[in-house]
Amino acid sequence: MADNVYDAIVVGSGISGGWAAKELTEKGLKVIMLERGENIEHIKDYVNATKGPWEFPHRGGRTQQMIRDYPVLKRDYPLNEMNLSYWTNEKDCPYVEVKRFDWYRGYHVGGRSLMWGRQSYRLSEMDFEANAKDGIAVDWPIRYKDVAPWYDHVERFAGISGNKDGLPQLPDGQFLPPMEMNCVEKDVAARIKTHFKGQRTMTIGRVANITAPHKGRTACQYRSKCWLGCPFGAYFSTQSSTLPAAVATGNLTLRPYSIVSKVLYDKDTKKATGVEVIDAETNNVIEYKAKVVFLCASALNSTWVLLNSATDIWPGGMGSSSGELGHNLMDHHFRCGASGRAEGYEDKYYFGRRPNGIYIPRFRNLGGEKRDYIRGFGYQGGASRQGWKREVAELSIGAGLKEALTEPGDWTIGLGAFGETLPYHENKITLDKNTKDKWGLPVLAIDCEIKENEKKMRIDMMQDGKEMLEAAGIKDVKSFDNGYTMGMGIHEMGTARMGRDPKTSVLNEHNQVWDAKNVFVTDGACMTSAACQNPSLTYMALTARAADFAVSELKKRNL
Amino acid sequence: MIAAQKINNMNRRQALSRVSLILGGAIVGANIFLEGGCKPADKKAANGLDFSEQDIAYLDEIADTILPETSTPGAKAAKVGAFMTVMVKDCYEEADQKIFLDGMQKLNEAARKKFDKDFVDGSPEQRHDLLVEIENEQKEYNKNKKREDPTHYFRMMKELTLLGYFTSEIGATQALRYVETPGRYDGCMPYKKGDKAWAI
Repeated sequence: MADNVYDAIVVGSGISGGWAAKELTEKGLKVIMLERGENIEHIKDYVNATKGPWEFPHRGGRTQQMIRDYPVLKRDYPLNEMNLSYWTNEKDCPYVEVKRFDWYRGYHVGGRSLMWGRQSYRLSEMDFEANAKDGIAVDWPIRYKDVAPWYDHVERFAGISGNKDGLPQLPDGQFLPPMEMNCVEKDVAARIKTHFKGQRTMTIGRVANITAPHKGRTACQYRSKCWLGCPFGAYFSTQSSTLPAAVATGNLTLRPYSIVSKVLYDKDTKKATGVEVIDAETNNVIEYKAKVVFLCASALNSTWVLLNSATDIWPGGMGSSSGELGHNLMDHHFRCGASGRAEGYEDKYYFGRRPNGIYIPRFRNLGGEKRDYIRGFGYQGGASRQGWKREVAELSIGAGLKEALTEPGDWTIGLGAFGETLPYHENKITLDKNTKDKWGLPVLAIDCEIKENEKKMRIDMMQDGKEMLEAAGIKDVKSFDNGYTMGMGIHEMGTARMGRDPKTSVLNEHNQVWDAKNVFVTDGACMTSAACQNPSLTYMALTARAADFAVSELKKRNL
Repeated sequence: MIAAQKINNMNRRQALSRVSLILGGAIVGANIFLEGGCKPADKKAANGLDFSEQDIAYLDEIADTILPETSTPGAKAAKVGAFMTVMVKDCYEEADQKIFLDGMQKLNEAARKKFDKDFVDGSPEQRHDLLVEIENEQKEYNKNKKREDPTHYFRMMKELTLLGYFTSEIGATQALRYVETPGRYDGCMPYKKGDKAWAI
């Protein structure tokens, strides 16, 4: 394109960026999608996807070298040998932890859409009303009805399998056939329903794995190796889904190794004119111009771009006039719940590796109930039979041990809760100008923690799980809290929230930056509250909605 | 999320915990695989760890005594000895490397004391009986072991043997059942005693 001019610039190529690129190109805009990391080509670059465990020298584990190289990633499960290359190089891309914050990043085409958990839930009317009703933070500028058609739209294209459960707190969607619960899960679900008189529901997870051929993609093959990249394209990722659609329009330019350092702003027109890019390989600085800019760089990085933009006008960066840019960082707190052993299913097993579990939608603080905390949590979990790594106390070594371990062990079932984190103004990210990344750019300093509301909720997250499993006849039920630090949920949200008032929010009801209306932020940064559902589906819907609005405004010459 | 391994199916977390499953988070519980308090090993020490062919043969015999040939090949056939050396070299902290190396020596000394031969020269029965004794000693040690106490060397050997064997091609495809691409899911399939477990 002449002089690097496009109709639209999309910053980031993950779940939100991919959707922005697809929607904008399909509506006829010439789009450049800028990705800071390398390209990962669909199928061809999923180099470990079909390997057996024996093909990994450490069988998937972590070496001391990896532990040295990834001081953040090593804190939890993501550090492993099988998809190491999908995680961000921490030496090149540091950040400052004022308080511990586990930031698990994927800098490459597709972003974390390649490694995501794929659980796909709608927020409900209750979630959009929550801040207003509780009188905290600010009100969402939109309601469920504003997003519902866009949930429909993205579900139809992405392919979400799930069961229609008719629950107001977890609206049904446009689902492909649900995956199947196994026999233990089915019985536990039935007993929970009976015991709690229908007030609690265990259903199959709603997941972005397709259970039937869909849009030219092959149905899920039940390999459960999604996080290595799927050679069947059976789960939603940028590569399997939105990128090919955007490419098919002929309107997309994808540029990897393009670190957007700032949005360029014209103070006379009060609009962005484009972005400045540092080529990650050559360090060359390039400018791209466009009528609209979509920041979809992941919550914290989209805000980083704003913090670093138009600082001659606003010292705190574009969108900082509200005083809220960088604030109200949220995640989902988890790692607590309960687990136990199911008896009476010794003659039952399963076939296939289902890349999905069960879901128990929120049941706390509904229908007038008032706990000693606000909001609630949902459970994810599942039942399975133990494998060779179980302890066989009575057998020490030898043929007996070997024979015992070649057979499956007990059925166990676990429930892990994911709780809503409130938006606290003091949970924030700022630019640390004294610390630079490989390209000389200032890095983020992250300062946040969970507070009383979350801590009180965690007690219920343990106890309710135990109560439900015991009510379902599960033996040896133990509750657990394995400890949680913000970031571990890998659901960063907030820092550029939507709102109704430019004085208290960064974005308006169409995800436009109040201070620069042709700049849209549609990833997790925009979230006004966190709800307790996995958030990615909402980013998809808000992105598609904002893209539709942007194009209609462009047509009206309002942008 | 090794802890959440107990939660049997946690989506991304569960999918990823298959790594820890492969690592045997619960079993290879040594802090080598967990972040908690992991200090990077001295790089030089790790590189200085050289296992000879003889060492590998010795470890093969230990592994094969823990998981011998039955109706399916044993740990030696699955080259578990060599696997152990790779893991100790690359994944163990320096202190654990030392425990493992000292343990190799201790175990052989115990063999000499018990049957007056090197471990590798003992009969299968002699080796088995010795390792049962050491396993009992290890279990006894672990009963009173505090979290910060060092791991018993035989626990390391046993864990590496189980991990190395059941994730080897022989272990996964012969001792267990391995289906790369199941293609479908059946959540309630009949099972009868003797049917093998799925490898992954």
